[in-house]
Amino acid sequence: MSVIAYIESPGGHFKKSGFEVATYASKVASSLNTQAIAVVIGKSDDAGILGQYGISKVIHVNSGEDVTFDSQIYTSIIAETYKNNGGSILILSHTANGKSIAGRLAVRLNAGCISGVNTLPDTTQGFTVSKSVYSGKAIATYSISTADKILTVMGNSIQPEISGANITPESISISTGEHKVKVLEVKAEEGGVPLPEAELVVSVGRGIKGPENWGIIGDLANAIGAATACSRPVADADWRPHHEHVGQTGIAIRPNLYIAIGISGAIQHLAGVNNSKVIVVINKDPEAPFFKAADYGVVGDLFEIVPKLTEAVKRYKQQH
Amino acid sequence: MNILVCISKTPDTTSKISFKSDNTEYNSDGVTFIMNPYDEWYALVRALEITEQNGGSVTVINVGPATNDIIIRKALAIGAADAVRVDTEAMDSYVVAANIAAHAKSKNYDMIFLGKETIDYNGSEVGAMVAEIMDLPYASYVSRLDISGSTATITRELEGGEEVSQIDGAFVLSAAKGLAEQRIANMKGIMMAKSKPLTVVQPVQADARVSAVKYAVPPPKSGVKLVDPDNMDELVRLLHEEAKVI
Repeated sequence: MSVIAYIESPGGHFKKSGFEVATYASKVASSLNTQAIAVVIGKSDDAGILGQYGISKVIHVNSGEDVTFDSQIYTSIIAETYKNNGGSILILSHTANGKSIAGRLAVRLNAGCISGVNTLPDTTQGFTVSKSVYSGKAIATYSISTADKILTVMGNSIQPEISGANITPESISISTGEHKVKVLEVKAEEGGVPLPEAELVVSVGRGIKGPENWGIIGDLANAIGAATACSRPVADADWRPHHEHVGQTGIAIRPNLYIAIGISGAIQHLAGVNNSKVIVVINKDPEAPFFKAADYGVVGDLFEIVPKLTEAVKRYKQQH
Repeated sequence: MNILVCISKTPDTTSKISFKSDNTEYNSDGVTFIMNPYDEWYALVRALEITEQNGGSVTVINVGPATNDIIIRKALAIGAADAVRVDTEAMDSYVVAANIAAHAKSKNYDMIFLGKETIDYNGSEVGAMVAEIMDLPYASYVSRLDISGSTATITRELEGGEEVSQIDGAFVLSAAKGLAEQRIANMKGIMMAKSKPLTVVQPVQADARVSAVKYAVPPPKSGVKLVDPDNMDELVRLLHEEAKVI
């Protein structure tokens, strides 16, 4: 048996979520006294780097080719590699593409699938693993009854950990057949770290009063090195782009630090952010529900507080 | 064009979540259930728009007990032509997908839509499973869909970007924000829904592969620590020394 990890390389590059999956897979493998094998598809950075995260063998499929995403083709490649390498557990990223193939692979491999796990599995008795459910309002522990098991790992649930050295990838070629999904274009958002992967996030709500006032938020985010986000009303009013909308109908994030500025904290918003490790709330209304979910709070006018916070962050950065 | 829309029943967003039977079972006492918002607002409405423009009809399917009929009637009130309920407990994502696929195989739908995830288990597994059982392409996290003849042009939401692609022929789609605007059922729709066909079918043989062992509610926050608005150096110090996040 072995643990197989599929490591995504969007645009030909590994991301932090990929190193998290490699680390997760190698920890699962070592708890079961077996090896973790990584699968990489298409163009990527040097796939041997995955050895640093405890991966014992890297299989690089069609390394010279730009294999555009088609869930059927990716499923076939991963299923074949899994079977040829004695896989019993398959680990994927909990990303748009990872989730698009996890269910397919579960059908193909007759496996039980749990998506969005945020802890390592307990293998002492059977196989159980936990994830956050009900939009962060509860934690569920699930058991998988099938011999083959598939997990997708929620981003920022485990820190990438260096435990080995670079290895030489094994290159193989698999015929992909015809793509039924023809990818015309992949557009990357402008700016820094994508929100779902950001460890530090500065977010703004209706309290900002209009898009012309956003500059102070951007200044704070720059000073901290944070990604920017917003509440639903701000996105709906087109004050900020839709991809910045966090909350139940937008995206769910789990950064280490979430600074909510001028956001009241409706339950729909909390659903997208309440897995953040530390929450700071800045709001002029001391009764804002968000304070109940916060670790740190500042009651006052954001137009006065945010520039002061930016200056304080800059002073701190100069000293450290 | 005939489109199948898969709908799921979830607790209302504002519901208090609790558990019973020694934390092994969800406590539904006093909980209001709704149609999963991603299924209702985006998948169902976009399917209706497409059939309004191109002809055809929308069928909704739900896997669950008779108490789910309330959300099925709501989908019919919003505009679906007919409905199918597979009369079994939705034990896990595979059981749901196997039953949806078994129905879909017996018909000839041009497209199968569902929401990108449910707001209770946040699993996002059923769409990919249905696509695999049906051997169809799968377009997930779709925020835009244009149909021209037999070709669909699709925008998918990815982490930090978007992907535009085309698919010819039948496929499965999971709907994200942006695909459509929420529709409210009007009185005429609600009246008509009562007489629209809702067919109850028996489940196919499918065994659950995953089961919940126990639930827990996360420990409450220890309480907010308020910082003087005139002393932001103190907030930065706390974030560095106490919270250790910067």
